[in-house]
Amino acid sequence: MFADTKRRARAGALATLASACALIAGATVADAKERDKKKGKDEAVAEAPAFAAIKPGDPVYPSTYKPYPGVASAIRGATVYDGRGKKIENGVVFMSGGKITAVGGPDTPIPADIAVFDGTGKFVTPGIIDIHSHLGDYPSPQVEAHSDGNEATSPTTPEVWAEHSVWPQDPGFSRALANGGITALQILPGSANLMGGRSVTLKNVPARTMQGMKFPGAPYSMKMACGENPKRVYGDRGRMPSTRMGNLAVNRETWLGAIDYANDPKAKRDIGKETLVGVLKGEILIQNHCYRADEMALVMDMAKEMGYKVTAFHHAVEAYKIADLLRENDVCSAIWADWYGFKMESYDGILENAAFLQREGACVVIHSDDANDIQRLNQEAAKAQAAGQRLGIEISDATVIGWITYNAAKAMGIGDMTGSLETGKMADVVLWNGDPLSVYSRPEKVWIDGALMFDALNPKTRPVSDFELGQPGEGDVK
Amino acid sequence: MKKLLSLGAVSALALAAAPALAQDVTITNARVVIGDGSEPIEGGTVVVQGGKVVYAGPASGAPAGGTSVDAKGAYVTPGIFATVTSLGLSDVSAVSETEDSRAAATPFSASLDAATGINPVSQHILVHRAAGVTRAATALSPTGSIFSGQGAIIDLDGDASPVVQARAFQMVDLSENGARLAGGSRPAAHALLRASLREAQALTGKPGLPQTTEITKDDEVLLSRFDAEALVPVVTGKQKLYVKVERASDIRAALALKDEFAALDLVLVGASEGWLVAGEIAAAKVPVIANGLNDLPDTFEELGATQSNAGRLARAGVKVAINASSLQNPRRLQQAAGNLVALNRLPGAAGMSWGQAFAAISSVPADISGMGGKAGVLKPGALGDVVIWTEDPLEAGAVPREVFIGGIKQDLTNHQTRLRDRYRDLDESQRPEAYDW
Repeated sequence: MFADTKRRARAGALATLASACALIAGATVADAKERDKKKGKDEAVAEAPAFAAIKPGDPVYPSTYKPYPGVASAIRGATVYDGRGKKIENGVVFMSGGKITAVGGPDTPIPADIAVFDGTGKFVTPGIIDIHSHLGDYPSPQVEAHSDGNEATSPTTPEVWAEHSVWPQDPGFSRALANGGITALQILPGSANLMGGRSVTLKNVPARTMQGMKFPGAPYSMKMACGENPKRVYGDRGRMPSTRMGNLAVNRETWLGAIDYANDPKAKRDIGKETLVGVLKGEILIQNHCYRADEMALVMDMAKEMGYKVTAFHHAVEAYKIADLLRENDVCSAIWADWYGFKMESYDGILENAAFLQREGACVVIHSDDANDIQRLNQEAAKAQAAGQRLGIEISDATVIGWITYNAAKAMGIGDMTGSLETGKMADVVLWNGDPLSVYSRPEKVWIDGALMFDALNPKTRPVSDFELGQPGEGDVK
Repeated sequence: MKKLLSLGAVSALALAAAPALAQDVTITNARVVIGDGSEPIEGGTVVVQGGKVVYAGPASGAPAGGTSVDAKGAYVTPGIFATVTSLGLSDVSAVSETEDSRAAATPFSASLDAATGINPVSQHILVHRAAGVTRAATALSPTGSIFSGQGAIIDLDGDASPVVQARAFQMVDLSENGARLAGGSRPAAHALLRASLREAQALTGKPGLPQTTEITKDDEVLLSRFDAEALVPVVTGKQKLYVKVERASDIRAALALKDEFAALDLVLVGASEGWLVAGEIAAAKVPVIANGLNDLPDTFEELGATQSNAGRLARAGVKVAINASSLQNPRRLQQAAGNLVALNRLPGAAGMSWGQAFAAISSVPADISGMGGKAGVLKPGALGDVVIWTEDPLEAGAVPREVFIGGIKQDLTNHQTRLRDRYRDLDESQRPEAYDW
């Protein structure tokens, strides 16, 4: 296969280079020792090769994001949803130093000399988090030159990293911030491949570089995909996989290869297998695009066979059929409220998917996969809640807010840093001008790490990407 | 649960057995929405007799008669009128053999007639009926040509005759997409459109009605005779011409078509940058089926896209409906309308009043579709398309409690509700789920 051949060739070249380095190093040990004496022992690198990449596991393409300046602030008198199922009437949220300092009722003490916002009639939630976005790797304008989400040249490309495709000037980030209150999001590779590559989690702050958005300390995930897409993309080219059984076969062979690699201390570096081994070690999470119930069940068994864990099934329109199984396997379902019927594997989508999962005690995340829906995750969550309510499945507003905050954060591996309003966590906060589960409400203010990054009352706080400068509608309300 | 299911099954059977008849209904204690842009009327009454609305307004003026339904304070509105859609032309859009809204390989263009392909019991129709959509403008997408062919107005009652009006409008694509379809350039699309309209013009002097004229081979230049014939009602202004267009300059170019073809009855579809030329659109008295919430520069023709587009057009005096085809699916129309209301509280944005937003998904699209006063509105003489909602119909989660189309109460079950009922529990201790139906 084309890409496999390419990969082997590259590995071979690296091996040649590495052995050449080893030879050089071996021949010049004495020289190096002499050099070390001159330089001092702190720089003793006698055994190291002359050329070396940063070793696997050490940070590369590291985050350069630093919280922007903020002032100690408190919101008083608002209805507060903490993201973990708690509702506080007439609440206080106090943030300082970029962190949540206190959350509580009207008596929560706040210092006298800080900025205080009147939240009367308004609502406060944690920053909204989208676990499934393609902002940056399928940016606007959606021209072919910007189509960077699917490395659709091999059914398994665990070696690609979505962060190397993200265009930080995508105007969609600002819409997600201003209209959706999005403070963090996971950018995934597309679903053409069984293994699409690594995702990247971003803070939703405008930046000149991807690194300037990269969420410090967030683990990587790897995108996988079931079903129609991989078998169609590769089947249409007359190559494997062209069937669902082909999908599983290619996946299993690839996992076995990764296990061999993990067990071989002498194996040459392989960037793709490093990702897979990261998954086997539990350091990299699995975000698995999968619509049908029967396929999700197969994938959970494949994960058991190979010794890894699926963190979340994405799209999962049939999750409701196996809510019990998903609960038992502790797998989240990241879903839409009402998408259905656009492809065969979405034919059985129902409005009650989230409510049925919640009733069974399974983990629910509402996601977008869409540059428009990311602006209204709150409304999508409200639709899913209403569908349950009509059947007598009462899910509290505070729990529903958790679907688009804490549950998303947890399934992205950042639940201990953001996703809820708890003391010590990042001050990622949205002040809504009304009930966030109503169609009539909008974010009024959005803080990220305690910095006020959007204020609907101040037009100059509306970020304008480079692409939009000098264009019709620059700086408009959007 | 099992009991509920069997009840559902019985009612479905009953409906199938006997053709439903319009019944006279008086809906009381309603929050009545007329649909004409006015605000809701508390404690109102809606009376439907003989399949038509005979009264909607304050309880005091209502005539007596018919079965009484207590709305218990719920919103009662005209049915949603969805435009533009592919309802009835598709089962699964990614499964090409079920998809009749695209026809890239056909030798025909303007003569394609959506009415010939409508499946009245398509699940999309049944799902959308349960979401309160009672009528729709439905058409093919321009795929093989800049012309999509002729769209139909349909009802969603699922009976044997879904087509209310066949060949209600023609649609042409003068957007980026149309330019590609015409050979790769906007001037190519304009040249093709003009040449096509002139061929149609050449036929207007011929005896006989369109679709029956004799056409000699000499008349054929670009279009087959069927396609040229199909454009005769367009060029004579008897059939509306929907023009898909986004960019401000493309909108101007579309409006300028009337300088050359004075009788054209234009409707703009999309118009993401309409707000930049709102005054010109208003002066031309051309209505707009506007993208509701698009606010991204998805293409270079939508650089100025903003959610305030519809509101700004309306303020300039343009008749604005919300474009169903700009949404994930048409059942999101009411949510889109609600979002336009929300814009009123956003500094710098232009929204719509509640009544205006509801009209943009009911009476305005009906009016644009040639059904002004007949659909999308609760006024005496209008069709008895009435929806009783569970909550404020512009809220994201709102769905109908009851739907009447032409005075007939509709069955709201469909594939989705049956799946819902089957999987209300996951108990397979006695039998697999497949026995639960």
